[in-house]
Amino acid sequence: MTRQRHGLVFALAAPLLLALTASQALAYKVFVSNEKDNTISVIDSETLEVVHTIKTGNRPRGIILANEGKWVIVCASDDHKMQVFDTQTYEYVKDLPSGPDPELPILHTSGNPLYVSNEDDNLVTVVDIFKGTIVTDIPVGVEPEGMGMSPDGKILVNTSETTNMAHFIDAHTYKNIDNVLVDNRPRVAEFTSDGKQVWVSAEIGGTVTVIESETRKVLGKINFEIQGITKDAIQPVGVRITKDAKTAFIALGPANRVAVVNVGTREVEKYLLVGQRVWNLGFTPDEKLLFTTNGTSNDVSVIDVASQKVTKSIKVGRYPWGVVVAPH
Amino acid sequence: MSFSAGPGRRPARSVSCRPRGTVPRGFSLLAAVFVLLMPSVAARAQDTAPAETPPAPAAAPADTDEGAADKDVLKIRILMAREIREGRLPPLSLLDIPPPDDGIAGAKLAISDNNTTGRFLKQEFILDVVENADPAQLIAEVTKHIDAGVAYVVVDASAETLLKLSDTLKDKDAVLFNASAPDETLREEQCRLNVKHTAPSRTMLADALAQYMAWKQWRNWVLVIGPAPEDKLYADAIRRAAKRFGLKIVEERVFDYDPGSRRADGGFEQVQQQIPSFMQGLPEHDVVVVADEGELFGEYFPYRTWVSRPVIGTAGLFATPWHPAIELWGGTQFQNRFKRLAGRVMRPLDYNAWTAVRSVGEAATRKSSADPKVLIPYMRSPEFELAAFKGQKVTYRAWNGQLRQPILVATAKILVTVSPQPGFLHQLTELDTLGVDRPESKCTAFKN
Repeated sequence: MTRQRHGLVFALAAPLLLALTASQALAYKVFVSNEKDNTISVIDSETLEVVHTIKTGNRPRGIILANEGKWVIVCASDDHKMQVFDTQTYEYVKDLPSGPDPELPILHTSGNPLYVSNEDDNLVTVVDIFKGTIVTDIPVGVEPEGMGMSPDGKILVNTSETTNMAHFIDAHTYKNIDNVLVDNRPRVAEFTSDGKQVWVSAEIGGTVTVIESETRKVLGKINFEIQGITKDAIQPVGVRITKDAKTAFIALGPANRVAVVNVGTREVEKYLLVGQRVWNLGFTPDEKLLFTTNGTSNDVSVIDVASQKVTKSIKVGRYPWGVVVAPH
Repeated sequence: MSFSAGPGRRPARSVSCRPRGTVPRGFSLLAAVFVLLMPSVAARAQDTAPAETPPAPAAAPADTDEGAADKDVLKIRILMAREIREGRLPPLSLLDIPPPDDGIAGAKLAISDNNTTGRFLKQEFILDVVENADPAQLIAEVTKHIDAGVAYVVVDASAETLLKLSDTLKDKDAVLFNASAPDETLREEQCRLNVKHTAPSRTMLADALAQYMAWKQWRNWVLVIGPAPEDKLYADAIRRAAKRFGLKIVEERVFDYDPGSRRADGGFEQVQQQIPSFMQGLPEHDVVVVADEGELFGEYFPYRTWVSRPVIGTAGLFATPWHPAIELWGGTQFQNRFKRLAGRVMRPLDYNAWTAVRSVGEAATRKSSADPKVLIPYMRSPEFELAAFKGQKVTYRAWNGQLRQPILVATAKILVTVSPQPGFLHQLTELDTLGVDRPESKCTAFKN
């Protein structure tokens, strides 16, 4: 509320040019896929209100930006394809192919190709997003899910939920380099910005495994303990790490908390109470805000990153799943 | 026989394989239609031998010298032992007739899942199946396999046969997974150190239903009990659950019913008269609980009671470890994998066999070993946990080897809820609000 009023007062009082610059710097578009509603909710990061709802194919889940932020790509899992929408006009642009039941896409650091995990056939599909063609398929473990890309664009990490492994794959030759056993039902793989570590959440195992990317050695495991919440309910899914590689935010599913972890010490510093069954997380490009998708409470929580406080919850569609924030 | 066998398996009559009364029904027909419509799927199911599904990943052993790789591979054999129960009558509904590979298909899927991980770790899992209607012969065959080095056996047999088998093998390095018998005594007075139970016990199933009834505040129950001994055991579990969760059985009636032949040209004319008259003159009640594990008459009760009341228990709303329509927690992919392999939907016995075989796979993965002296104690330790499409880890109770798991409460078509229900608290895990808990357990075999 305060944030919103400040913005308004500022915009009214300041000269027009300054106001425009300010809004360009501050107002991002937050895209939230709603798994049950077949929609994407678009939130204005300044007013923190839903400004638009995009109709999608069936069961929208993983969602990313592409084409220099001009496109938002969402997996329409039950339609066995991905869909591209324009981030400015919200118009449908085109379909992209995938394997059966695509879940999580990730873009190569160069902007193309895209790698998508297909939950139903033990494959990661490599897709040229401009040509709209499948480049190749990479066989992985049972129920591929999490996708991580090293900042230098060399290594792709895919997790498989029933094989309980993080597969390290050469992003260019598509060869499997190594497989690291993690705890049960790995969901998300996230590189630190320096590329030295990969953090892999294990939803059923209740841990996050930190892997050294160079050696594929397990450096340590992060455990979570929350008073009044049983161990069974602590189910880590979404992982986001700040660009300075100092702070990690980890969504803990039905524990309804986001853990704030010191990347250096791997100690949990704080638990932030958010909505119910929190799964995925997305920073604004300036890393001032972090958005969380809360599946069972149909809302998105807004975390102020600097103060580590939850400042607002925003009602979106049913079963919000993924979130990504466009820079403009 | 070793598994790679296709659907040419002998059509076992009345092989019932699930914990009876815990079964989603109504899917065989759907499965049949599915197969008819999708010949390619059916064909695929046949050649889905474990070693060849799914295709080898780019990196795994395929990259290395084949011969050398083969030598390094740890082979882990798992046996599925089935007692063909010929005396059993088939269930009332045509939709509920068990398929000949009930349970076996679940074990096969787990072998295939184990092998996908195993490929990365140089482990290979192999399933053997023995089936016999004679308990003594079945035990002899299993013993032969154990003496040949097999250490892990998934058992689909009666409580009596399971106990005999357990006692025969008690000095061997072997563990049995009870995938079908819900009997409480196997977890209590007659518990055995070498038996784990992936099938939920009757009290777990009854408690799962009762918690939901308590949540709904449908407190007053009429209990209708069938003539079979297992119906009486199910009724015991229902009485215990009612007491435990503050519900009241206002009257019990025994439905002394001779099922006769399952099929006759007609039947509904008489049933339509028979059930309402049987249900007359009862005190005020909210629900009717039917105890009919053999599914011989329970399905006659919904829509035929004297007053309009929902039916729960073994018919109507029922508790089950698995349901073919569940899509929660990544269940969709699991169901799809099963359908591709078996050409039909997954039944509770398939799920129980899957969790058993996956338990061995998970232990082998974590311990990088096939040695029963390593894996069996590990599966008994508090470190062991399994992801089994239930939204949280499943583990084995340390005091009796029972798999601790969320229980689904469902109708024939769809999930209604999952127990434990919110608000039923426990100091260690809410899952232990289902079934006999440690302080009340009479099992002593697991105490050192």
